[in-house]
This record gives sequence, C-alpha cells and structure tokens, in this order.
Amino acid sequence: MTKQGQLPRWVDYGLLPALNLIAAFIVSGLVVVVIGEDPFEAVKWIVYGALGYGEGVGFTLFYATNFIFTGLAVAVAFHAGLFNIGGEGQAYVGGLGIALACLALDAYMPWYVTMIFAVLGGALFGAAWAFIPAWLQAKRGSHIVITTIMFNFIASSLMVYLLANLLIPQGSMQPSTRNFDVGGQLPLLRNMWPTLDLGQSPVNLAFFIALVACVVVWLLIWRTKLGFEIRSFGANPTAAQYAGISPVRIIVVTMLISGALAGLMGMNEVMGSQSKLLLDFTAGYGFVGIAVALMGRGHPIGIILASMLFGLLYQGGAELAFEIPTISREMIVVIQALVILFAGALEHMFRPAVESFFAKISQTKQAEGAA
Amino acid sequence: MYETLILVLDSTVRLSTPLLFACLAGLYSERSGVVDIGLEGKMLGGAFAAGAAAYVSGSPWIGLAAAILVSCLLALIHGYASITQRGNQVVAGVAINFLAAGLTILLGQAWFGQGGRTPQLDKASRFSEVTLPFADSIQDVPYIGLLYSELISGHNALVYISFLAVPLTWWIIFRTRFGLRLRAVGESPAAVDTAGISVGWLRYRAVLICGILCGFSGTYLAIGQSAGFIKDMSAGKGFIALAALIFAKWKPVNAMYACLLFGFLDAVAIRMQGQEIPGIGEVPVQIFQALPYILTVVLLAGFVGRAIPPKASGIPYVKERT
Repeated sequence: MTKQGQLPRWVDYGLLPALNLIAAFIVSGLVVVVIGEDPFEAVKWIVYGALGYGEGVGFTLFYATNFIFTGLAVAVAFHAGLFNIGGEGQAYVGGLGIALACLALDAYMPWYVTMIFAVLGGALFGAAWAFIPAWLQAKRGSHIVITTIMFNFIASSLMVYLLANLLIPQGSMQPSTRNFDVGGQLPLLRNMWPTLDLGQSPVNLAFFIALVACVVVWLLIWRTKLGFEIRSFGANPTAAQYAGISPVRIIVVTMLISGALAGLMGMNEVMGSQSKLLLDFTAGYGFVGIAVALMGRGHPIGIILASMLFGLLYQGGAELAFEIPTISREMIVVIQALVILFAGALEHMFRPAVESFFAKISQTKQAEGAA
Repeated sequence: MYETLILVLDSTVRLSTPLLFACLAGLYSERSGVVDIGLEGKMLGGAFAAGAAAYVSGSPWIGLAAAILVSCLLALIHGYASITQRGNQVVAGVAINFLAAGLTILLGQAWFGQGGRTPQLDKASRFSEVTLPFADSIQDVPYIGLLYSELISGHNALVYISFLAVPLTWWIIFRTRFGLRLRAVGESPAAVDTAGISVGWLRYRAVLICGILCGFSGTYLAIGQSAGFIKDMSAGKGFIALAALIFAKWKPVNAMYACLLFGFLDAVAIRMQGQEIPGIGEVPVQIFQALPYILTVVLLAGFVGRAIPPKASGIPYVKERT
C-alpha cells in the first residue's frame, strides 16, 4: 500500500524517467517537423545507422565507451552532491597523461604493459586537473561549478600551447603528437574477433575497461565505507559532518575519483582509436556525461544504458545527416539538450500528475476493499 | 606608441561590449537568486536570431528585436525550470547552452544551407559605425584628436548602449524599489515573501531582463561586430562574462571594469600574436586567453579579495513545508 505522495519504486526509477525521456523525444520530433522533415523517417535512419549493420553497431559501442567514462565521472560527483562540469577539461588533460605514457613506452613495451601505465597516467592527470577546484571548494568555499568551468577553458588553452609548441613533431603543421607505435595502441575488437562483423569501426579494448570501471564504481559507491560516506555527505552534508565524516576529505577524494574517471576517456579516443593526441579530441563528450549521468540516475547500469542510447544517437545522427542533408549532425546536440532539460532540470515536472494518478488508484482500491 | 595604445584600447572597447551586455544580464539574474550558466546559450541564440532576421528583413533593428525575443524565450525556459519547477538551475543552464548550440546550426543549415551560418549581410542591415559630432574636424589635434575620433567616436550604437546600461543598471539595482526587492529576493526570499511580494514574479522579471540584455549581446556579435551569424560565434564569451560577473562581485560598475579588463586581455592577445616582447621573447597567446579564467579562479579562491555570491543564489524558493 502506498501512502499519498509516495510512489512505487518502479514508477520512481522506471516510469518517471521514461516519461521525461519521451517528452524530450517528442520535442525533438517537433524540431524535425519545424525543419520540414518527417520525424519517423528520421528515427528510422538513426536506428538503421546505429544498429542496422555491423560497422554501425561498432561505432555505437565506440561512442558509448566515451560516454560511460564521462557519465561515471559526473555520477560519482553527484553522489557527493557535487556538480562536476569539468569532465571535458579533465578528459582533455587525462588524454595528455595517456599520450605521454604511450609516447614514452610504445617503442619498448607491448601494448598491455603500456596500457597499465596509460590507465595510471590518464587517471592521474584527470584527477590532478580536478584537484584544484575540489580543494578550493573544500577549503575556500569557491563554487565548484564555476571553478570547473574555468578549468575547462584553462585546459583548452594549456593543451593548445602544449600541442602546438612542445608535443608537435618537428616539421609537422598539424598540432598533434606523433603517431604511437603498435606498443601504444589498444587492440581493436574487429582484429581481436575477426568473425564479429564490426566493419571498420574503431571500437576497441577500452570498451571493456569502461565496463570494469562501472563495476568498480558500483563497488565503491554501494559496497565500501568510503562510498557510504560519499552518499551520506551528498544526502545531507550537515548530518554527515555531525557523524564524523570530514567534508574536506569527501569533497577532495570524490572529485579526484571523478576526475580520474573522466581522464580515462582518452583510453578510448587517444590510445584506442586515433593513436595520437589530437587538438580538441574530447569534442564535447565530457558534457554528454552530464546528460548520461542524469538519465542513468547515477547508477552504473543506468549509465551503461544511457551511454548506449547516446552512442546510438551519435552514430545514427551521422547516418541521418548523410541521408537527410537538411538535418545536420547538430540534431544530436539538440536531443542531448532536451534530455538534460527534461531528465535534469524538469525532473519533477510530471511527478505531481503521476502522484495524484496513483493516489486515485489506491483510493479506489481501498474503497473496493471496504465494500 | 600613443597610436598603438589608442588602437589597442579601441579594440578593447569593441571586445568588451558583448561581455558587458552578458555580464549585466547575469547580474540581474544572479542578484535575484537565479544562477545563470546559460548566458552563453542565450547570447548564441540571440546572435543567430539577429543574423537571420536582419538578413530576411534588411533592418538591424528587426534583427535586434528578434534576438531579444529568442533570448527571452530561452530565458523563460530557464525561468520555468528553475523558478516554477524548482529544478537544478545549473542543469537548466547547461541545457540552454546545448539547446542554443544545436538549434542555431541545425536551423541555420536547414534554412540557409550554408553550413550553419546566416548569409553575409550588406551594410544597411547591420549596425554601422556612428561618427560623433566634430570627430572629423578635430582628428588632427594632437593626442585629444586621436583619442576622440578613434576611441570615443566611431563605434556602433550598441557599444554606446552597453556602456549606458551600466549607470542605468546601477540606478535600477541600488536606487529603485524594484532593485531593492531584487537584491532582497536574492539574499532572503522568505523575507520578501513575508512582505507580501511574489518571489516568483520578481525572479521571472529578473530572468527576462537577463534575456533582453543577452539578446543585445548576441545582436552585437552577429550584426554589430560581424556581418552575419557564424556557428559557435559566442565562443565562450558567455562564460567570460560569467567570470567577469564574479570578478566584479556582482556590482554593475565593477562589472564594467572587469569586462574592460577581460576585453583588454583579448585585445592584447590579438595584438601580441607572433610578436616578441624585448627581454622576455614571444609570450604564448594562450596565456592571455587563459588569464581571465585564471584570474577568476584566484579571486574565487579568496586570496585576493573575496567574491561572495548573493546568499540565496542557486536555491529554489519553497514557499511552504509540505
């Protein structure tokens, strides 16, 4: 029996997010109508492009890998009540750590040794980039949203400088590092399992690293003392502090973990697919993490599902732009914005209606029971 | 040397203008207790509307009106989410930014087919430079002539409007009843509510003023400074304006100085490209680009003065316990 104002769990975790998502998709469909195209035709191409053939599936998984990392990063910070908008910058700087490991080791080591150092490098650099905003929030009370935004821009300037002046191979005009040797490349799934039909898609071993990260985050948040402290602090900072949890420690540690997760995104892009560090390789994926974390409700399973959905949109969106040229790739950015709006900022919009609906049902049931 | 200085200052004014509009816009919103990360998006949406409407109508003023309309619509979405629905204001702002970034290119491509930009505008459909009286006649007077004709005269109308908006904002915020209530609602909404004044309506008005000013900012970018909308043309200026607002400690006159400072850094960065400073060598341009953000972080850290936001900013107002 549910009380007034309380909803069954499946409504809270299933129906309401689904309603929000549907609202976002309906508005996206209206945008397509405004452009003068058929939204159902558009959906058809998106789904076909993402799932209709092997290469599309590969690309979907490839994009999803990026979003799992950045989504986990945002979600971990959310659990402590922190909003880490700096995933983009942390992923960018994390990519530097990965690239440095690859540049140093690729000629001497096999990929699986380089990979260990690359993971460490990416996590370390990403965490380092999150450290200053975290420390400032914890010690000086500077708002972490603003400082992480500022650090995104600082990262961008820093990386342009490093790539254009220090990391660029001599005689090259393109601001990027040299190509990594085989020792600095993660194996592609299409080479690991040639029987799998993945076309020329760049999906690689980083996909499994991302899944491992999901398990680690789940264990950390729900099965460790630190995770309990993080969740307590996020739910009620004052009570947590009263219970002896140090706010400074939780803020800094959570942000370090968050930054490290974002930093690992480069495993997929830098070491997995491009085999070099490119300018702006993060391409906004750090921000997609916000949408993914909101939609996935901060849970690794939800994040994997949301990442798959966004991977599907990114890959399908490319197909869509190719098939219907009046709808450009930015359609995905619009869908992403609407998902953030409806699943995030307007999270509770449908709640009152759904609540009164369920209250009515339980009332009629009670009346029937009495009769 | 003097001429170089005047030229750098001249471009400082030009580069500060969009920042100043957006910064004052954010000031109204944040003073009322609504955190606005979406300045960037409203600016971009406004710029696109200005470019598109000015092209279709041939009039810069209709471009401005369209920009204000679009920017206010985005502001209302932000307001609805953060005031009426009491959603997370930062999340709403992020959504606005993406919405504008995506829609401008999507609609631009669908309507004009030029890869997301609006068609090049002719002179009549842009805001052209205003020559102040006597600017030509005293041009040759040493020092003052150049100062007057280059630095003070010869900007478009929006530049002057932006600098006039500073004293106007100061007056509204600190000398009118509306301003007093606006400040109060950002510090202690419960007190304002107790006095019988609607918290929501006050905040909606603040958010709408924010939309209007962001519309001006976008218009300046698209049809004041350039001859049409280019995709992603706001290029982080909304965030620099946000940084300037914090740097200015949410005060209008300080906001002008902060925007001028950040505009100056931008102007110097453009000027310094590839040039050597005697004794130091070539300074990387990226330092100047990152400096506004670094300065803001330093200020936020509270090592040099302390930036304290309005007390209730970012917190949705709940009238009653339920």
